[in-house]
Amino acid sequence: MRSNPADCELIAPGTLQAVLSLLSDEPGQWLPIAGGTDVMVQYAAGNLPARRLVSIWNLPELRGIVISPDEITIGAGCTYTELQEHDVIARELPLLASAARWTGGIANQNRGTLGGNIVNASPAADSLPALLAYEAELILVSVRGERRVPYLGFHTDYKKMKLAPDELIRAICLGRRFSNYLHYARKVGARDAQAISKVCVAALGRLRSGATGSVIDDVRIALGSVAPVPLRLTEVERIAKGKPVGPELVQLTRKMTTGAIQPIDDIRSTARYRSAVAGNLVAEFLQQLRGSGKTV
Amino acid sequence: MTHSPKNRGKCEISLMVNGRPETVRVYPMERLLDVLRQELGLTGTKEGCGEGECGSCSVLIDGKLVNSCLIPALQAEGTNLTTIEGLAEGPQLHALQTAFLECGGAQCGICTPGMILAACQLLEKKPNPTLDDIREGLSGNLCRCTGYMQIFDAVMEAARRNPA
Amino acid sequence: MTEAHIIGKSVPRKEGRDKVTGAARYIDDISLPGMLYGATVRSRIPRGVIKKISFDPQFDWSEFVIVAANDIPGKNCIALIGDDQPCLADGMVNHPEEPILLLAHEGRHMLRQAIEAVSIEYEPLPAVFTIEDSERRSQVIWGTDNIFKTFLIAKGEVDSVWAKADYIVEGEYTTGAQEQLYIENNGVIASFDAKQGITVWGSLQCPYYVHKALMALCDLPAEKVRVVQAETGGAFGGKEDYPSMIAGHAALLAMKSGRPVKIVYDRLEDMTATTKRHPSRTRHRTAVGKDGKILGGEIDFTIDGGAYATLSSVVLSRGTIHAGGPYYWPNVRIRGKAVATNTPPHGAFRGFGAPQSLFAMERHMNRIAQVVGLSPAEIRRRNFLKPGQTTTTEQTVREEIDLGKLLDRAVDLSAHDAKKARFAQENEAGSIRRGMGIAAFLHGAGFTGSGERYLASVVGVEGCADGTVRVLVSSTEFGQGTNTVLCQIAAEALNLPYDYIRIAQPDTNQVPNSGPTVASRTAMVVGSLVRSAAIGVRQTLTAGGTLSTSYSPEEFRAACRRHITEHGELRSYAHYEVPAGVLWDDLKYRGEAYATYAWAVYVAEVAVDLSTYSARVEDFVALQEVGRVLHPILAKGQIAGGVAQGIGFALYEKVVWQNGRMQNGQMTNYIMPASSDLPQIRIFFEEMGNIHGAYGAKGIGELPMDGPAPAIVNAIEDALGTHFDSIPLLPEDIFEAVSAESNGELVSTNTKR
Repeated sequence: MRSNPADCELIAPGTLQAVLSLLSDEPGQWLPIAGGTDVMVQYAAGNLPARRLVSIWNLPELRGIVISPDEITIGAGCTYTELQEHDVIARELPLLASAARWTGGIANQNRGTLGGNIVNASPAADSLPALLAYEAELILVSVRGERRVPYLGFHTDYKKMKLAPDELIRAICLGRRFSNYLHYARKVGARDAQAISKVCVAALGRLRSGATGSVIDDVRIALGSVAPVPLRLTEVERIAKGKPVGPELVQLTRKMTTGAIQPIDDIRSTARYRSAVAGNLVAEFLQQLRGSGKTV
Repeated sequence: MTHSPKNRGKCEISLMVNGRPETVRVYPMERLLDVLRQELGLTGTKEGCGEGECGSCSVLIDGKLVNSCLIPALQAEGTNLTTIEGLAEGPQLHALQTAFLECGGAQCGICTPGMILAACQLLEKKPNPTLDDIREGLSGNLCRCTGYMQIFDAVMEAARRNPA
Repeated sequence: MTEAHIIGKSVPRKEGRDKVTGAARYIDDISLPGMLYGATVRSRIPRGVIKKISFDPQFDWSEFVIVAANDIPGKNCIALIGDDQPCLADGMVNHPEEPILLLAHEGRHMLRQAIEAVSIEYEPLPAVFTIEDSERRSQVIWGTDNIFKTFLIAKGEVDSVWAKADYIVEGEYTTGAQEQLYIENNGVIASFDAKQGITVWGSLQCPYYVHKALMALCDLPAEKVRVVQAETGGAFGGKEDYPSMIAGHAALLAMKSGRPVKIVYDRLEDMTATTKRHPSRTRHRTAVGKDGKILGGEIDFTIDGGAYATLSSVVLSRGTIHAGGPYYWPNVRIRGKAVATNTPPHGAFRGFGAPQSLFAMERHMNRIAQVVGLSPAEIRRRNFLKPGQTTTTEQTVREEIDLGKLLDRAVDLSAHDAKKARFAQENEAGSIRRGMGIAAFLHGAGFTGSGERYLASVVGVEGCADGTVRVLVSSTEFGQGTNTVLCQIAAEALNLPYDYIRIAQPDTNQVPNSGPTVASRTAMVVGSLVRSAAIGVRQTLTAGGTLSTSYSPEEFRAACRRHITEHGELRSYAHYEVPAGVLWDDLKYRGEAYATYAWAVYVAEVAVDLSTYSARVEDFVALQEVGRVLHPILAKGQIAGGVAQGIGFALYEKVVWQNGRMQNGQMTNYIMPASSDLPQIRIFFEEMGNIHGAYGAKGIGELPMDGPAPAIVNAIEDALGTHFDSIPLLPEDIFEAVSAESNGELVSTNTKR
């Protein structure tokens, strides 16, 4: 343990309002800590610059999953376990449920939160490609009120996001419009479970009948761990729409995927490997889409 | 709160541990693992990695498996904790403990407390687990000695003895 | 096989209840009154001269105990074999993380800041990081030529075989470093008292190694050094010699401060600063006849020992002796060499050189098979050692081992042939390619050659006043079952219930030196001595007239009590004697290298997913001949654990080096298999007995480490048709090879450091 607890302050005001007031009164002074599965690792390694922390664990205003006719609203403080165990999420947002199952082991899933995953902003974060694919929106809250923003574009660069110093994420909203889509998610890590991802893909797709057979009606492809932020392959999606899934399209999308991503060599893997695997997984998704029978 | 140099910054935390109320005076960012081991003398919970990877520090908070090396003491306030010391009822061992003994689930024993608690939570959720359920349920607890085979045997055996 | 009432039964683990209830006390569970915590200031460069050490004046050093090289009362070295490793660097550092200063303080959390408050100025010197760099000798970093040790095994007339060969097959095979990754990090507590001397409690394998090292370091006589083993959370060789270093550090701090000192490493320090498996490079050049029989060959086996000699000569010895595998070599020249690099010294890890050289041998056999046009199974059948033939060291195989039959059984149990046929079809389509791989091998149990004679192990068995029996050994329990098996043996020898037998905590004040707990020698060699000593106790009682030759447990207890009342104590000691016919020539490196070998054939089924290039072991058969299975659950547990480590060695565990320092010293980034990565490991035993082992047992602790890696890589080659000659074999490596092949390039997968 490479930090000294005596050097750190941690308070738990107990309500969202109290936390927001603190963040507003003393901007940049307090680091919010929810489940701690990221912050406490940095702390134990002696790599946490923050000395004053405010606990947002178990705040009632950040808990809960609300199901309305068009939308599912997930409290930012919901844990990965809660995501996996929720019927509607498992059924309608399987990419998010898979991500929740892949993040860490059971003990970390019981503490890690969706909001924490977003704010920690690791390029390898497991839930982020799913949020991109589902076109999630974030509800941000501060003493100044609430605002709703698309998740796309929220992360602007490595560990940088459009979150004001006095803001927290209160909830994540996802539409309920993907029931007749194919949902494809795959994470590649160094081992089967409890591994940081080397490449991660979350994709949605749907076909429609065309003149000569099925063509792609709609497709969203999101990748993690291949750039400083998670990516939507918007160009690939644009090219793919309206086309049949055949060897030509697969070949083209593979090339475009490689061009769109910026993987690196790091302690876990290599840029060349990530590039090749990303191409393979996108190809695999399209091939599954062709055989899926998921038609408008 | 007293402000002597040693106590400055410490706070009082009350929680239930193995069915008993406990109050400790610690820094709020003390790791729960260290609170258990140093303040409460419950050394059954172990440190293997300090980063939430090995699961040796696993305990149950309100029935849920967590890595105590990643929990600041303040966040344990008001919770209900179970450590390995709380599993047996006096001389009567928990079914998992007996099964681990009979099936060779413990070799060096350092991962065993966390592993048994992880198995506890698994059997709570899935009283009749398949081998794959067990593999997945224990995937956050690393064992270097057994190669997991006899741990799986032990969990299957415990499940067999306590039919849901 | 003789009838036994306890041998062969899975009796309860002696210390099992404590382990499952959290009552077992490991070092960090123990505190002594007035105890300080210790920590180590370590080198940040791989090689250089220490110019200046400064202590930040803003920091309050008054509460700290500081120890440097000049505080060492005795010799500044960790006494082991060559005695070249300093306890604290003095003027010169030779590897990253080399210990320079020691600090102690009451507050555990104060130490990290204190370490940061020490600044050390170095004059860096050019450093050497790979075997090739070391061989080039552009920098001589050790001795006159960077070579710790060489061995030469020469049998027959190698130079004459090349002309007669129908095939000459060459290959180079490399293995990387591997971290033991015991889940309990290294830790010790030391206390010092002017009258009693030094006492050290530690997580360790060899109390008497630490004892010897502390005597030299602290300049104390034997009776003023006491070493006690605490419950130890895994070791695998990583706590064979390293504890002498950490114990020395704690002892020095205890001597200087007059207070007990605890040093426990965190995972990062343990991974980056302590020993690992020696990286290796093996070169084979083999002359083969038309029928696939080996006519002769040359084997060049080189290991990277790190910055100091430590155990490298012994690792080299075992690796060199095992380099020829379980095959008949009519002519062979085997050159073994251990070289120095500026990395933390490498050390013991289960297998101890054999996993490295056997990886090469078993990959090379598959290469020979391809060249000759025979199957991997058939090439092995034609070359297996047979009873009456001699090994590479000219040891005659005296037991009736039929390796061909063992292979047949393994092939059958694994459904090898049927699966291969099925995979040949299934591999045509889809992205998964499956393959089967075989490895055949042997592992010598006990110390090499004259080693056991040199160890001169002594074991005691004691009858106690309460009528129970206590085993007195320095052999330690760290999961493998020492306590249980040795008590079983004593119970069997005395015909008493298992519950009557206890085992003393290994404490150099209380137990004789039964040798280190290494080399797969405990059940076989120490167990034999336990049996003898137990019989000695019985004979004392029967000779004394207090016990008849056939007795009930109650009668034994009564006799024991009576004897102690009359004579004060009831103890019998057994001393190791070299078995007749076990003759070893240290100079020519020839003869009976080991009293006995265990034999094995392992078969791996591996699936490679070409969308991610990940390899996964889907089925694993481990079949071994082990003399006698003393305790089925413990024996299976050893095999399963060893196979899991072998799978890690092959596919998951990579040490990432930069300038001699491990970069991935955290469990997040050093990947060992978790529960969901392993298939069912199917374990089978054959028992031929062993005249040199207790109740016919052979040592098995290290055996399972030798086979998995080559079996797995053989299977991957079977699946993909690609040569892989280097481990660890990660998806990134498989990707590079597969994509190079599809580009028509040849690629070497020898991963350089």
